[in-house]
Amino acid sequence: MALRRMVYNVTRNPELSPGGALVHAPVIPVEGEAYEVHEDIAGEHMLINIGPQHPATHGVLRLVLELDGETVIRCIPHIGYLHSSFEKLGEYRDWNQVIPLTDRMDYLAPLIYNCAYAMAVEKLMGVTVTERCKVVRVICMELDRIFSHLLWLGTTAIDLGAFTVFLYTFQQREKIYDLHERFTGARITTSSTRIGGMMADLPAGWIAQLNEFLDNFVPVLDECETLLTENAIWVGRTQGVGSISGEDAVNWGLSGPNLRASGVAYDVRKDRPYYDYETYDFDVPVGEHGDIYDRYLCRMEEMRQSVRILRQAIERLPGGPINVDDPRVILPPKTAAMNDMESMIHHFKVVMEGVRAPVGESWFSVESSKGELGMYVVSDGGSKPVRWRVRGPSFINIAAIPHMIEGALLSDVIAVNASLDIVLGEIDR
Amino acid sequence: MAEGDAFKKGLEGLDQGPRPSEAADDAVPPPAGELPPHPSVDALRAQFGDAVLRHQVVAGDEHIVYVPPARNLEILQWLRDAPEHRYDFLQDLTAVDYGGGREIQVVYQLWSIPNKLNLRVKCELPLQALEIDSVYHLWRASDWLEREVYDMFGVVFNGHPDLRRILMPYNYAEGHPLRKDFPLRGRFSRAEQTRRALAMKTEDHYSPMELEIAHVLGRGLPEPFAGETAGGGVGGGGG
Repeated sequence: MALRRMVYNVTRNPELSPGGALVHAPVIPVEGEAYEVHEDIAGEHMLINIGPQHPATHGVLRLVLELDGETVIRCIPHIGYLHSSFEKLGEYRDWNQVIPLTDRMDYLAPLIYNCAYAMAVEKLMGVTVTERCKVVRVICMELDRIFSHLLWLGTTAIDLGAFTVFLYTFQQREKIYDLHERFTGARITTSSTRIGGMMADLPAGWIAQLNEFLDNFVPVLDECETLLTENAIWVGRTQGVGSISGEDAVNWGLSGPNLRASGVAYDVRKDRPYYDYETYDFDVPVGEHGDIYDRYLCRMEEMRQSVRILRQAIERLPGGPINVDDPRVILPPKTAAMNDMESMIHHFKVVMEGVRAPVGESWFSVESSKGELGMYVVSDGGSKPVRWRVRGPSFINIAAIPHMIEGALLSDVIAVNASLDIVLGEIDR
Repeated sequence: MAEGDAFKKGLEGLDQGPRPSEAADDAVPPPAGELPPHPSVDALRAQFGDAVLRHQVVAGDEHIVYVPPARNLEILQWLRDAPEHRYDFLQDLTAVDYGGGREIQVVYQLWSIPNKLNLRVKCELPLQALEIDSVYHLWRASDWLEREVYDMFGVVFNGHPDLRRILMPYNYAEGHPLRKDFPLRGRFSRAEQTRRALAMKTEDHYSPMELEIAHVLGRGLPEPFAGETAGGGVGGGGG
């Protein structure tokens, strides 16, 4: 029997109220192309709701799916359940007080967000950080790339039924948590950067602990690859699923491993190098098919490349001060603040009034674990931002999910959603 | 000092919204000859003439071009398609409100993957006419970004096929939160906010498009918070 597939024609101009709220957006069903469906399986369409509280949505993502049997006809994502208004809050805080808001966005790679924000403000202020600070931040960012990819690997594997990998990766993440804790005092909400430097210098023995982690980590990564790369179930669930072409991926604004898996070699670290990334010897893995399997391979290789960068960074870590010698942004040493009047006044002013940025704006983007993370800061010369905008990679990556899963099976929705590596704290902000 | 007063008044200061920016908006731009050249800006001048209202360089190497809002679509399309520019990657689309009744700026942050070029294009919209053409058909990345700007600033993007709130609930009635005249704790009292949240019906959790689909299919809507409401859900899968 030939069944006519229902195609909905959504009006291009929704009716808006005088206040700008949406009043009505009529959907007019029209008949689309006919295609053959066996009579027994030609079912009615149904609407189902996944989330917001569902373990496989990796947070509070909500998807409304229109299904024809097991095939997804239409997917409509709903976000905002974790909206915390970080950008608005930032307008009430001075430049340094925004830093604790940044790591609460992507709590899976907090140090990258700390660093990216500080870099944007430093660019606006024309502050150049010290050589030691540059290398320390590179170490932080690469460490958290591994941190975030490990969570992605574990949770994606568990979504597709492989439980062991999850245990292996979380064991390794625990060691990165320990490194975070030793460096910043916190395990997730690190708040480690300050404008012009870091909260503190690396504690004694931290580099040795990092080296120990790297030595133990690479064999575990090999084990995970043995468990997955040629595993028939893993290959069957991931190859050819959720694929997107390179051209589409660019048009949809995908970035990071999701874009590179489609064959587009765009990596901010290579294309707009910051912090001397051009002097590090590392490769950017690029996929070919743009499916879940290629995203997996890209992320696995990225972790190995991060280990390479980390080893080079440890080797070149210079001595010297970690904070820039600039009284506009950096507090005087505590002993000086306690002993002479000028330093005490300086300390008081920096703490109470905050640092001041000149009139202007700056955009700075780094390659975070999830894609291109852009920080856009606008200043009117005061001690608070006029606008602090975050270009969240997850926010833009997840917008492409309807494109990837319409026409796929319901069980692939979970796999595709997991493969995009989203974090709802940053999507909803 | 205004900030000091706000500090003394404690939480009262938060209800007034951030103070408007004091920076002079119409500072005299330096003559174009003094700015470092940018290949696309020169080409834009040659192609569109006086549609390039201003050219500005900030933070050392970031080029900003101001264009009239009425011509945003043709200029952006040209930037995307002209072979020597090819800004094929829309990094970001956002807006900036400086407060004090000044124009809201819509900001397009562009990157060209083949040519490795950055450019920021801005359109200034007066508060009385917050409307601009959508670039949805140039970059699909702008789909959610335009919805976010609409949600947070109230800018209407003409031609966007599905312009509705994205981060705030669909029945949010307090306005557009990132505008400077919006107080940090919202326009309604906490009691009123709670009352409205508890009074949400199943339909309020769905977009108009989904309501229409459910109507066409002749089915009920699945209740997304079935276990949490006292009265139980409206029940899904009726049809």
